Amino acid sequence: MLRYAAGRVLAGIPTLLLVSIFIFSLAHVTPGDPAVLLAGDNATPAQVEEIRSRLHLDLPLWQQFGIWLGDALQFDLGNSIYSGKPVTELIAQRIEPTLVLSLVTLVLTVLIAVPLGAISAWKANSIVDRISMGVAVAGFSIPVFVIAYLLVYFFAVKMRLFPVQGYKWLADGWLTTLNSVTLPSIALAFVFSALIARVTRASVLDALGENYIRTARAKGLGPSRILFIHALKSVGVPVVTVIGIGLATLVGGVVVTESVFNIPGIGRLTVDAVTRRDYPVIQGVILFFSASLILINLLVDLSYAFIDPRIRE
Amino acid sequence: MALTETETKIQAHGTRSRRRNPTLESLAQAAREPWTIICVLILLGFLAMAVLSPMLAGDPLAINPAYRLKPPSLEMIWGTDHLGRDVFARAMNGARMSLTVGVAVALLSAIPGVAIGIFAAMNRTGGALVMRVIDAMMAIPAVLLAIALAALLQPGLLTLIIAISIPEIPRMVRLVRSVVLSVREQPYVDAAVSVGTGGFALVRRHILPNTIAPVIVQATYAAASAIIASAVLSFLGVGTPPDVPSWGGMMADARKFFQFYPMLMVYPGALLSLLVLVTNVLGDRLSDALDPRKIARSI
Repeated sequence: MLRYAAGRVLAGIPTLLLVSIFIFSLAHVTPGDPAVLLAGDNATPAQVEEIRSRLHLDLPLWQQFGIWLGDALQFDLGNSIYSGKPVTELIAQRIEPTLVLSLVTLVLTVLIAVPLGAISAWKANSIVDRISMGVAVAGFSIPVFVIAYLLVYFFAVKMRLFPVQGYKWLADGWLTTLNSVTLPSIALAFVFSALIARVTRASVLDALGENYIRTARAKGLGPSRILFIHALKSVGVPVVTVIGIGLATLVGGVVVTESVFNIPGIGRLTVDAVTRRDYPVIQGVILFFSASLILINLLVDLSYAFIDPRIRE
Repeated sequence: MALTETETKIQAHGTRSRRRNPTLESLAQAAREPWTIICVLILLGFLAMAVLSPMLAGDPLAINPAYRLKPPSLEMIWGTDHLGRDVFARAMNGARMSLTVGVAVALLSAIPGVAIGIFAAMNRTGGALVMRVIDAMMAIPAVLLAIALAALLQPGLLTLIIAISIPEIPRMVRLVRSVVLSVREQPYVDAAVSVGTGGFALVRRHILPNTIAPVIVQATYAAASAIIASAVLSFLGVGTPPDVPSWGGMMADARKFFQFYPMLMVYPGALLSLLVLVTNVLGDRLSDALDPRKIARSI
């Protein structure tokens, strides 16, 4: 078990290193001199030189990367060009809405997609299966902002059940927070559930062909017990894997959804930084999301050992 | 040069399989299914919309401030937007952008994806290295990478296409690599190697044809997600120049007026969703027809 865990952790390090090389080079694909860009329109050549040496832009690229990576490891991602604030501080300020939105979406997704996928597999090719898989294809075909506006129109503008936009902080009471993230979470969960439901269906379909399911049937167990206890247990690993990998897709959705609902999370931070070409913030946010995803997928890998004892060996 | 008996047989087999190409046969079979026909017809409709938009509709760029946010009329059947532009003309013209990006990204992710994927599967050490890089690219959320690339490079259609293609390549590489790895274990590949088929000929004659079917399916999915990604980028205001009509851009314009003029959002949103839906369903149909083992839709 310990060896498995150590192996997974070690495998994550080169990935993270390569990711940071990509993200570092992002700023260097920009046309133009970053020092000139940072200095603004009215800077003197001396000011540009000062910025160049302060940001180590006069050093060779590999040394710049070393310094950047060293700082990043100490949670220093540089300062925003726009506001001058440290990037880590900007991220920390905005992490709560993004985290709440993602977690609520994740819970909704698991509650919707796993039972839906399992039932579709059980009743494969039935009308229930066809309808739910049809909805699933629609789910990842309709862009999340289209779904978001549909929800806003019907549930916020027409029925006035939820706020049209905005986010209520947890400090003001978690119920109002939940109320403010309901529509965005449903929009995201619609897309995310579509992916998870399809994978769950395929995995359960495989599992239902196994001998132990036949044995369970022969013992006279009821369908719900076979499906939800025996079959679902064995599909834990593929489903959790897809949830882990799918989080990258979810992050993309979160960025868009936060923009639609005017939620002051990291997604909004990204879009604002992009429109201002604030590249330390862009780099910082991408590094933050990528490192989080690598970490989460590492935890997912480790969780297999608990879900499936065969992996512990 | 005299051929051995085995070589003659292999060559004969080669000619026979060339005459009855299994990929083409499955495609022909898929083309007879009603759902495939419906999807292809709708796609052709979008193509007609894109090509014929100057003839079918008015000028998508003409601004008429005196004629802002007007309801549908005989002249402008979907009304006008906040700058008095013809919504119908813009929506028709927006098909160009989506179709261009979809097709371009499908090609630009498939071609390097196949090349890198085959290399990764055929070359042990180089392959391991390449897959590490691919894993790292997969760790960066695709939409974020595309947003960052589109924002940092020179704005324009080509940038948009490149920014969306780059995050699509790793999925293609993984797929092609896994297909090639399993094909490489087939007895007929061993046979080809044992009669002295060289690396290049081996790839061209025995490996490459096996990747075509899954690559077509994956490229269809890539086109669908590229259309969504380009809409997302235009919606967020990154990547596309404002004077090129796009559905995402139209929706971004409609945001401020959404509560009172929801139809401004509905027209581009519905067209966008329909196009992506049809592309995805076509991908599913092709996947069913081309691969009996069923390619799992990669995320």
